Amino acid sequence: MRSFEFFEPTTLAEASRLFAQEHAQLLAGGTDLVIGMKALTETPQSVISLQKIAGLAGITTDADGGVSIGVMTRVRDVELSEEIRNGYTALAEGAAEIGSIQIRNLATLGGNIAHASPAADTVAALLALDAQVDIASADGERSVPIHALFTGPGQTILTAGEIMTRFRLPSPASGSHYIKHKIREVMDLAFIGVAAAVDMDNGTITGARIGLAAVAPTPIRATEAEELLAGKSLTDAILAEAGEAAAAACSPISDLRCSAEHRREMVDVLTRRTVREAVARAHA
Amino acid sequence: MARKTHVQTQINGDSVEFLCEARQSLLEVLRDELQLTGAKEGCNNGNCGACSVILDGRLVNSCLVLGVETGGKVVETVEGLAAPDRLHPIQDAFLENAALQCGICTPGFLMSAKALLDNNPNPTEPEVRYWLAGNLCRCTGYDKIVRAVLDAAAAM
Repeated sequence: MRSFEFFEPTTLAEASRLFAQEHAQLLAGGTDLVIGMKALTETPQSVISLQKIAGLAGITTDADGGVSIGVMTRVRDVELSEEIRNGYTALAEGAAEIGSIQIRNLATLGGNIAHASPAADTVAALLALDAQVDIASADGERSVPIHALFTGPGQTILTAGEIMTRFRLPSPASGSHYIKHKIREVMDLAFIGVAAAVDMDNGTITGARIGLAAVAPTPIRATEAEELLAGKSLTDAILAEAGEAAAAACSPISDLRCSAEHRREMVDVLTRRTVREAVARAHA
Repeated sequence: MARKTHVQTQINGDSVEFLCEARQSLLEVLRDELQLTGAKEGCNNGNCGACSVILDGRLVNSCLVLGVETGGKVVETVEGLAAPDRLHPIQDAFLENAALQCGICTPGFLMSAKALLDNNPNPTEPEVRYWLAGNLCRCTGYDKIVRAVLDAAAAM
């Protein structure tokens, strides 16, 4: 690891000021940045830890019935939270898929998203659950829907000095589910990740959101599939249409892990499975 | 000469102060500055679990934590497991079951097992296997290790 200056600011304003400098990196859980610094793929001159800034960790209930999850919340706490498991099941499932317990005790939800990997395990669920991302900087605050956050692999819309502070989830959907397509039970990266969240009324899908990971340069929503499902009741025919539409929405690559064709085929299959399970959970 | 930071922590019940560079991991601090060589460096990138320690009650890879991040925190390493006159029941169970061969992974497995039993004193076998997934052993395989942890749970 190269030498760097280490900062532990206690306010967001100070962190933002430091982060606006050249060659600065934010440190959350360290499970991406520290590995990158050891591999010399990351060579920051200053590293700014967010751990001493009050209010960035924790899960709180919002007045509108939703929840806010601070960026420094460890993914293990997301995985184990009763509130998340019950109301935002897909997110608890995504968090539980990351690395090992050792990793999940360090890794943060904010870090998993800020790293902007198309294959992040929590991102498909946050897309399906329609998360809003709050961002702070010296110039003030702004908020964007998570589907507008990513611009490319490892790239986001965040500008110099901007720091994500929390993810706000609206009141729970009727049911949600995340499936990670992988080889190993644990300690594996996603071939693809698919999350679905549905709102149900009397057996009719009134709204559906589908998040896809590792099948395009950024995580994406399968909006055409979502529109096909809205207003319908669950049938094999409508699931098949939605699966096909989701597969058509992605632009996967072939790599060491699997081929683009396999990824596209599995997006179809797993979209059908996640939607079916999300609907089943809505009825449970 | 890179600047060193003064850090105050608690390690295995003792108040400990050390100086370290920002780029030193907690694992490097434990091994190179404090001569606590129980935690091992395996992969040095969070895959193998040989460096597992308990930090503020949570099992972590010490290779992924910076030493300078640990100010005011409580660290438990394998050196703190045994009492002065007797081994910890988990260590006894590893010996009874011959749950080690070369021994490099053992301190990590012991700390993972400790964290598991601190959280869940009566785990099922699948729970043990799931919890230990972040620790790799390349000698013995995992059956003896799993049996040792289940025996330790029963003995405690």
